[in-house]
Amino acid sequence: MAAASGGREEGGSMAALARLQERLSELREEYFLANRSIDEDRKIKYRAAVKIQSWFRGCRVRAYLRHLNAMVILIQKWWRGYRCRKHFRKMLEIQKRWRGYYVRKYIHNYYALKKYLQAVSVNNAFVRSELQEYVEMKENEEKMKDLEKKEKEKKYQARKMHYLLSTEQIAGIYNSPFRKSPDPMELLLRNSKPLSHRRKQVKSPFAYELCDWPTCKKPPAFVTALPLPPIGRQKPQGPFRDTAEVLWQRYKPLEPTLRVAESINSPLEKAREGIKREEWRNPIHDNEFLPFSSYHKNENEKYEPSLCKSGKYVREAYGTKHFREVYPDKWIADKDFRTVVPSIFLFEKFGKTYSRAGQIV
Amino acid sequence: MVKNSQQRYSSANFISAEHLDFLHVLITWKSVVSLLRPLLLDVVPSVRQTAALGLGRLADYNVDLAEAVVKAGILPQLVRSLPEENRYYKKTAAFVLRAIAKHSPQLAQAVVQSGALETLVICLEDFDPGVKEGACWAFDYIARHNPELSQAVVEAGAVPLLVLCIQEPEIALKRIAASTLSDISKHSPELAQTVVDAGAIAHLAQMIPNPDAKLKRQVLSALSQIAKHSVDLAELVVEAEIFPVVLTCLKDSDEYVKKNGATLIREIAKHSPELSQLIVNSGGVAAVIDCIGRCRGTVRLPGIMMLGYVAAHSENLSMAVIVSKGIPPLCACLIEEHEDHIKAAAAWALGQIGRHTAEHARHVAGANVLPTLLDIYVDTRSSEDLKMKAKKALKNILQKCTHLPALEPLLHDAPPSIMKHIIGQFSKVLPHDSKARRLFVTTGGLKKVQEIKADPGSLLQEYINTINNCYPEEIVRFYSPGYSEILLERVESYQPVL
Repeated sequence: MAAASGGREEGGSMAALARLQERLSELREEYFLANRSIDEDRKIKYRAAVKIQSWFRGCRVRAYLRHLNAMVILIQKWWRGYRCRKHFRKMLEIQKRWRGYYVRKYIHNYYALKKYLQAVSVNNAFVRSELQEYVEMKENEEKMKDLEKKEKEKKYQARKMHYLLSTEQIAGIYNSPFRKSPDPMELLLRNSKPLSHRRKQVKSPFAYELCDWPTCKKPPAFVTALPLPPIGRQKPQGPFRDTAEVLWQRYKPLEPTLRVAESINSPLEKAREGIKREEWRNPIHDNEFLPFSSYHKNENEKYEPSLCKSGKYVREAYGTKHFREVYPDKWIADKDFRTVVPSIFLFEKFGKTYSRAGQIV
Repeated sequence: MVKNSQQRYSSANFISAEHLDFLHVLITWKSVVSLLRPLLLDVVPSVRQTAALGLGRLADYNVDLAEAVVKAGILPQLVRSLPEENRYYKKTAAFVLRAIAKHSPQLAQAVVQSGALETLVICLEDFDPGVKEGACWAFDYIARHNPELSQAVVEAGAVPLLVLCIQEPEIALKRIAASTLSDISKHSPELAQTVVDAGAIAHLAQMIPNPDAKLKRQVLSALSQIAKHSVDLAELVVEAEIFPVVLTCLKDSDEYVKKNGATLIREIAKHSPELSQLIVNSGGVAAVIDCIGRCRGTVRLPGIMMLGYVAAHSENLSMAVIVSKGIPPLCACLIEEHEDHIKAAAAWALGQIGRHTAEHARHVAGANVLPTLLDIYVDTRSSEDLKMKAKKALKNILQKCTHLPALEPLLHDAPPSIMKHIIGQFSKVLPHDSKARRLFVTTGGLKKVQEIKADPGSLLQEYINTINNCYPEEIVRFYSPGYSEILLERVESYQPVL
């Protein structure tokens, strides 16, 4: 501009000056405006730079803080773990001792086990001795039974052979004169009673028919009127009556007198009979009272209604159940008559003016 | 005339059926059955009875005859006519039914299908004890084949009547009723529960002190069949207060009473430690041990198994068995018995006793059991089962045994599979005990160990190394095989210092 004005100065320097001075105010304004915009630009840029830097610094600081935080956490973690482990070791020590004590005292109690085993062996010895006694007792019993059997055999033999007993004149087999004392068999023979003949078992005449009788075990016994006196019995010594006579008297049948034959309760009996007759007369029907109606049903008895119910004089349903007599046989058609002529309008409204409640169905 | 001839005919058949085992070649089977069949419908009751008896004896003798009787359709006739007849006929008819049912499940099924069960129940309600016995016996033979037939018997409502029969005074009836209950309850827990619900246990338990030996056999068998199924049933049986009365049965003179008594105690002991504890506390273990000591043969087997079960539950019970002097009879069993299954049971029981702790293993080893077990294991005549059980028992005992003098003799003849356990035990004990080390050397154990060839890296080699590390090198080298040759070579190559 200066060069241009300098260049033009030679040509029309006064005109140029005047022109310049005219444009001075504008120049000032332009200059001012230009500076201002630059200024503002700078300001904007400055602020942007500030922002960026602050943001960046903030990031760095935050990163640093985070790092610090992490370190702190690590140290705290480590320290707390250490403290707890120390504490834990002490706890563990206590628990170890406690568990050892508990197990030794209650679960695997050595001394209790020893005592128990001793008790078991004592009990075993006891049981063994008891069982031994039991066995011995059984053996004794068996021996006794055997001995008894033998004894019985011997006695039976002695009874059978009682005739071998020695007499005054003739010495028996078991009483040889060369012996100092008689044989034990001889003594047994002396003590034994001779065996009589066994009675023949009388076969009852009903035996072959028994197989037909399901539960009968003995033949039917026919009781005779008089039990006979025992045969061959010796007459008892003394002032006794004849046994047959006694038995006859004992088993004499009753012969009541007329007075005895007449019932002593006769008025009472007559009264009883009177009551019975009345009871028979009075009730409505003969069937006794049975608690449930089903008792009668099995007898297939038809129910007999009383006179009032069984005739045709029954209560009529007319007046209660229906009012008009209806003879469907006399009807011409099945359905009701339909009206051809319209009914009276007023009468149609009957019952419908206010509600349909009064409808006659 | 007709009646006489029929009677004679039926009695002739009766006799021939009796001697059937001599005449069976001559008799044509089918014709006999078809001849007897119309006689069953005869008018005279004794002819009917004899015909039924003849049929029963024929069916009893032979399976084919029984099948012929079934095929001839006699069963429905028999069953239908039963309720109206007298007690002799009922007895004979029950005999026929049982003779048929005893041969096989199919024949028993045929008997059931002909509707015999209801009629037999009617017979059970009869007053005559002989009829009841026949009916019980028939039920017994039907129920013993399989669970379905037992279920059919139970559903016919026989069980409460059987329990009533047990209470009758006749001994034969009691025996048969007890046997029937035993056969019904042996198949499944539900059937046993049905028998228990009818109240059988109390009556059976009451009959244990009875002097009759055959009755005791059946009663004990019934109780053991009930108790074997579950813990609850076993506890019910125990609650009937059978201990200590049952222990007297173990001293009975009859062998089978002892066997069944031991079976009952075994079935109770095997379920839980508490029940075993109960048996030990009542002295049952001592009684069983005595019983084992006295008897010979299969009678011992349930007693041996009972000891094994008791010892298996816990170490205290095992110690109780040891304290009651249980090991010597078991050892004697191992040596004396000829049957393999009894020996196997004894080996198993010893294994159960010795496997708990070192103390137990020491007691077992002290009775000189280990060499016997080893012999059995190595013996070629033993069966597979016996060998396996002996091996397992040996392993179990050896793994806990720290008593070295007992292990020494085994070193010399053990096969490799056992050797590694023995060496393992040595390698555990030797590092800690100097006296034992010395003994080991002097008894030649170290020498033996050096002679063992083991695969490098195997467990056996590790054990050997552990043992070798317990000793100074000179001794180990001294005892290694071929050392004398090495020394001689050194002698040969030695330059004498002049």
